[in-house]
Amino acid sequence: MLTLENISRRVDSQDYLVDISLEFQRGELNILLGPTLSGKTSLMRVMAGLDRPDSGRILFDGESVLGEPVQQRDLAMVYQQFINYPSLTVYENIASPLRVAGLAEAAIKSRVAQAADLLKLTAYLDRKPGNLSGGQQQRVALARALVKRASLVLLDEPLANLDYKLREELRAELPTLFAELGAVLVYATTEPSEALVLGGKTACLSEGRVEQFGPTLTLYRDPNTLMTAKLFSDPPLNTAAVKGMNELQRFIGSSDTGTLAVRAHHLRLASEIPTASTFEIRGRVDVIEITGSETFVHLQFMGQPWVAQLDGMHTFRPGAEIALEFELDDCLLFDDNGVRVRKPSGGRI
Amino acid sequence: MTRIRQGEGVEMKESISSVVENKLKSERNWLKVAVVTAYIIFLLLPIYWLLNMSFKTNQEILSTFSLWPRDFTLANYATIFTDPSWYSGYINSMIYVLMNTIIALAVALPAAYAFSRYRFLGDKHLFFWLLTNRMAPPAVFVLPFFQLYSAFGLIDTYLAVALAHCLFNVPLAVWILEGFMSGVPREIDETAYIDGYSFPRFFRKIFMPLIASGVGVAAFFCFMFSWVELLIARTLTVTEAKPIAAVMTRTVSASGLDWGVLAAAGILTIIPGALVIYFVRHHIAKGFALGRV
Repeated sequence: MLTLENISRRVDSQDYLVDISLEFQRGELNILLGPTLSGKTSLMRVMAGLDRPDSGRILFDGESVLGEPVQQRDLAMVYQQFINYPSLTVYENIASPLRVAGLAEAAIKSRVAQAADLLKLTAYLDRKPGNLSGGQQQRVALARALVKRASLVLLDEPLANLDYKLREELRAELPTLFAELGAVLVYATTEPSEALVLGGKTACLSEGRVEQFGPTLTLYRDPNTLMTAKLFSDPPLNTAAVKGMNELQRFIGSSDTGTLAVRAHHLRLASEIPTASTFEIRGRVDVIEITGSETFVHLQFMGQPWVAQLDGMHTFRPGAEIALEFELDDCLLFDDNGVRVRKPSGGRI
Repeated sequence: MTRIRQGEGVEMKESISSVVENKLKSERNWLKVAVVTAYIIFLLLPIYWLLNMSFKTNQEILSTFSLWPRDFTLANYATIFTDPSWYSGYINSMIYVLMNTIIALAVALPAAYAFSRYRFLGDKHLFFWLLTNRMAPPAVFVLPFFQLYSAFGLIDTYLAVALAHCLFNVPLAVWILEGFMSGVPREIDETAYIDGYSFPRFFRKIFMPLIASGVGVAAFFCFMFSWVELLIARTLTVTEAKPIAAVMTRTVSASGLDWGVLAAAGILTIIPGALVIYFVRHHIAKGFALGRV
C-alpha cells in the first residue's frame, strides 16, 4: 500500500503539487486522470523518488520511503517517451534490472524469455531498440518494468505516443500484465475514455490538486465537483449558468444560482411532444462533424458552446436553429463553488 | 516514298532534344569536375611540395626547380629515425599530447555532465566563462605559466606542457561533450537509477556508449590543439621534453638550413593528425550536426 500524505511541491514559485493525500492499494489499478500540466508526472516523479516534495510524507506499507535513494526503492517506471538503452540489445534492455540485482544467468534468461513472450518481443531480442517500431520500443520498456517484479509500478501515459490501433491492443493487455504482480499500479492518462476502459480507481487531478478519488465508474457517473465532471468528459461537458436550481423547468424565478451540466451523449433531437421528464433547449448550429455512426453538433446555447453527440448521420445548416432535449435525470447541477447539488430524494438532480 | 508518321516525328524531336540536353549536362559536369580538381590541386600543392622536398637532396632543392625528385633519396628520413635529437622530439610531443588528452577528458566528462544535467548557482555564467579562456591568444599565458611552473620545478617536464594545454582544451572538451550529453534524454539516466544502477555503473555501461562520438570528437580537438601548439610547448621545455615543432625551428646548422630533413620532419608531423582525422571523421560530422564543433 502506498500512502501519500499532504504532498506539496513548488518549483520556481509555481505550484506543481498542492496538498495531495492519496492511498493506493496493492493489486489495484490506480489511474491519475488530468489534462497536461495538471501534475500527473510531477506526482509520479515524487512517488518514484526522483523529485523530493517540499512537504508531506510518502509511506510504503506503512514505512516512510522519503529520502531513500531511487536505486534502493522497489519500483519500475515507464515513460510516455519510449525510453530504452539505445546501446544495448532488446534482451539486455529487458535483463538490465535483473543484472544489476545480481540474479543468476539462468534465472535472468527464463524471466526475460517469459516477459518477451508476453509482450511479443521474442523475435526481436537480438535487435537494438532503435531498429524497432514505436510500439515495439514501448513494449521493451514495459517488459523491463515487468521483469523487475517491483512492488510499485508507475506508468506515465505509456500509450500516448502510440498509434490508435496499437494503443487499443496494449490497453487491453496492460491491466492483466501487471495484475499478477500484486504491485501498486499507478497509470497516468489524459484521456477519460482510457480511464473508463481500464477501470480500477481514478484520482482526478487539476492544477496540482486532487479533485476526487474513487472507483472510476463512480467518478464518471457521480462526480462530486464540476471540475471532476469536466475532466471526465470527452467531448467537453456542456454547461450553462442557471437560476432556480430546484425547479429546473422554470430557470427564472428563484434566487439560487449555479451551473447546469449535460454530457454530449445525453442530448438528443427534441421529440414532437415534450414529456415531463425531459427538458428542451434551442440553440444555433456552428459546425457539424460526422464520423459515420455518430454526428457531433456544435451549437451555441445561452452564450456557451455546446456539443451534442447524436446517433446516426444528421445534416444541419450552420446558423440553423435546432431543438434538442435531455432527460432531467441525466443532467448534473453544481452550485457556485462547483460543488454538486443533489436532490434529497436520491435522484440524480 | 516514305512518310513519317506523326508519332515518329515526335519521337525524333524528343531524341534530338535529349541529345542536346545530354551534351549540355556533360559540359556542365565537365566544368564541375574541373573546378573541383583545380581546388583540390591548389589545396594539396603545399603538401605535395613538402613531400617532394623530403625525398630530394639539399643540393637539388637549392639548385634546380623540379616537380618530382630527380635524385630520389630516403636519407632525410633516415636522419630523423636515427638521430635521437630528432626522434625524441616526436616521442616527447606524443607523450604530452596523450597526457593532455587524457587529463582534459577526465576533467571535462564530469564537468560536462554537471552542466548538462544539473542546475546550480551561476551555471550558465560559468559555462560561458569557461569558453572565454579560449578567446585569449595562448601567448598571453606564456609568462604566467613560465613563472608558475618555475616556482614548482615543473619546467622541462611533460606534465608542464600537458597541464598548460588543459587551459585551452578543457573548456573546449566541456563545450563539445555538454552538447552530446544534452542530446541524451534525462529519462535514460532516471530509468537506469530506477533499474538500480549506481552512478558510476550507469555512466560506464549506459551513458558512455551513447556519447562515444562526443568523446571521440573532444579527444580529436584536444589532440590537434596540443599537437600543433608551439609557443607554450617551446617556452616550458628546454631539452628533456622538447616537442618536435620546437626541434624543427632549431635546425639551423653551421652549413645552413637542412631543407630536406626539415621537409621530412614536416611530413612526419602531418601523419598523426591525418590518422586521427581519418578515424573520427564520421563522429565529427555528427558533432557538426549538433552545432558544437
